[in-house]
Amino acid sequence: MTARLADAGALTRHREALAAGLSPSRGVIAVCVGTGCRANGALKVCEALRAEVEARGAAREVEARATGCQGFCQGGPLLLLVPEGVVYQHVRVADVPEIVEKTLLGGELVERLLFVDPVTDLQCRKEEELPFYRPQQRVLLGASGLLDPTSIDSYIALGGYSALARALEMGPEAVLEEVKRSGLRGRGGAGFPTGRKWEACRKAEGELKYVVCNADEGDPGAFMDDALLEGNPHSVLEGMIIGALAMGACEGHVYVRQEYPVAVERITRAVSQARELGLLGEAILGSELSFDLRVSRGGGAFVCGEASAMMASLEGRRGVPRRRLIHLSERGLWGRPTNLNNVETWANVPHIVLKGADWFASIGTEGSSGTKIFSLVGKVANTGLVEVPMGTTLREIVFGAGGGVPDGKAFKAVQTGGPSGGCLPADKLDLPVDFDTLEAEGSMMGSGGMIVMDEDTCMVDVAKYFLRFLASESCGNCTSCRDGLALLHDLLGDITEGRGTRATIALVEELADTVEATSLCALGTSAVNPVRSTLRYFRDEYLAHVDEKRCPAGVCKALISFSIDAERCNGCTLCAVRCPQDAVAGEKKQLHSIDQELCIKCGICKDVCNRDAVLVQ
Amino acid sequence: MKEGSNVSDTEVADARRVAAMERCPSDAPLDSSATRTILERYPRRDPGDLVNILHDLQAELRYLPEPALQETASYLGLSPTQVYGVATFYHGFHTEPRGEHTCTVCVGTACHVRGAARLLEQLERDTGVASGGTAADLSLNIEEVSCVGACAIGPLVIVDGDTHGHMTPDSLSRMVTKLLDTGEQE
Repeated sequence: MTARLADAGALTRHREALAAGLSPSRGVIAVCVGTGCRANGALKVCEALRAEVEARGAAREVEARATGCQGFCQGGPLLLLVPEGVVYQHVRVADVPEIVEKTLLGGELVERLLFVDPVTDLQCRKEEELPFYRPQQRVLLGASGLLDPTSIDSYIALGGYSALARALEMGPEAVLEEVKRSGLRGRGGAGFPTGRKWEACRKAEGELKYVVCNADEGDPGAFMDDALLEGNPHSVLEGMIIGALAMGACEGHVYVRQEYPVAVERITRAVSQARELGLLGEAILGSELSFDLRVSRGGGAFVCGEASAMMASLEGRRGVPRRRLIHLSERGLWGRPTNLNNVETWANVPHIVLKGADWFASIGTEGSSGTKIFSLVGKVANTGLVEVPMGTTLREIVFGAGGGVPDGKAFKAVQTGGPSGGCLPADKLDLPVDFDTLEAEGSMMGSGGMIVMDEDTCMVDVAKYFLRFLASESCGNCTSCRDGLALLHDLLGDITEGRGTRATIALVEELADTVEATSLCALGTSAVNPVRSTLRYFRDEYLAHVDEKRCPAGVCKALISFSIDAERCNGCTLCAVRCPQDAVAGEKKQLHSIDQELCIKCGICKDVCNRDAVLVQ
Repeated sequence: MKEGSNVSDTEVADARRVAAMERCPSDAPLDSSATRTILERYPRRDPGDLVNILHDLQAELRYLPEPALQETASYLGLSPTQVYGVATFYHGFHTEPRGEHTCTVCVGTACHVRGAARLLEQLERDTGVASGGTAADLSLNIEEVSCVGACAIGPLVIVDGDTHGHMTPDSLSRMVTKLLDTGEQE
């Protein structure tokens, strides 16, 4: 175990010693064990690689390392060869002996594991050749695919904590000035200028101040904060320690979503490692700064992403937001000055301190500097985390990095900003994504969720989906949110179940205005955005539901029916066997038919048919 | 639950309940020393640790029985109302005994547009357990989660901590039947 680092010099010497301990020719085979790849079997691949490397006596030359998210979830489990930069995708345990034999020992590529660009049909050998990575600038995510997130030395070896040493040298005021000048704005969604928030907290009166990291990432479909906490927890810690220095805070909290058990474990481990090295605790790196951190798990309540609700939760109370007549920077946690920033915001801080405000401001647009991580998911060819300069267009993200909609389907909409955001149609794809542009179009950038929807997605159903989520997450404090959202959900249910009329749509619009005007926190006031944006851009779909009792996308059960195409059915009996209702009749090798009385429209027949013979109308 | 033998459903259910109770006596009289051990991990008796304590208690006891909540309240110097309020406010806590297996359907937006709602319906139909509920024989809990960050393989279902991607109602149905019959997932 390394001894406590007495000062900045000791940190540098420790880093040099780590570099000296490694053979310069040693390669790393980085196995992504981020959430997506882990769910896909990456841990077993990593174990097998380690065993094979060991068995072949190559452990001195190559390290098989489990890393955080490498971004390209679609290709998972992913391998990255360092320093060559070669990417292997969809790696299975069975591929491991060949990878070791051919690539690690023989220097040849295993071609079938390379990504093939669907446009050019060319194999992509290196990361930068993959269309997915081409538009990206991976300031925050780059390291998470390289380092071992369970080791503080791995972070230090890559230059970690040198921003903290630099910040201690600069002093609190200069650090604050740098963050202000960088134009960094909160990545959680609200986009408030971070420097101004810090300044308010610094100026607030009080001996004891807190800094809090909001890691209660609640937007369904967004997982960049999880990826950062799992893949590079020390970068978030370093940002928080620098923030504590700038604001004069001595205690910090990381509030992590309980559905991310690995993130909880990684950040908890990172905190104790930092404590052992004296990067947390009394007299950090021999300076006057004393600061320590606690990790708190959330209880699984979306509303706790709201700052005052999170404070309540951290105080051991129900997560109910309160009116903020006095800013949290003056009276926050336990009534003391508190600064709350999101995970991604904190992770930007070390880069700003090291590379300077001018460098940061040179990335992105004038009003929105830096990069932003988007989680590109849904009906998109390349699912994953995309980090691009702010101001990149939706088209570059969805069709450039994302490779567009798969299976030859037509793009319908992209949903941005989580449950508080909205759905944007194809003619908005050339909009640059930043804090301000999307808001003017009825959506928002939010925390960076980007869900792609195709022709098979029903927009009324999507709006209903978000309302169901928000109605169940409402804390219940405001009548308009508690009852209003449930009522809105029911009204949309009327529309999707064929009971709706044009009057229902009018009532939805009126009620949406009321909920927005009379709810206390952003959960309620922004809850109507998905309804409003779908009504604004996809009103014809609503009208088809109410006027023609038809769901154009074929999703809403009450408005669709299943039948079998006589041309295509070859009587294989698969649908009849699998139908849970015994609603499919037909002899072997004869045309089958569906009994509409018995059919519950579960869609299993359509799923199992190999000949695409089940029709939805 | 599909038939397949000549034993009645009630008998199967009873047998499962007995087996589940033997494996994990979640209804057994509360062992206060287990609660005590967990509480003592938090020597500062800081009410701010309440949510963390409830997580630890639930990990040990599988749910939050009333006596454990009472003991937590007196340990932290809080009213039982506040502790009970917190335990029932957050989705992550359960104040009723839990089943042996847990099947969690991801209903995040990405999984939703890929058909997660159909998975949930299928699961409810197959097991007769409503989302958020526990089977009467304590064999199974059905839960929803809004995104676990594995959207690339959605729609997905998590069974006892193991993630299964690209699920269809049919594949889920077969997996759950096997799980309940043999205790194995694949």
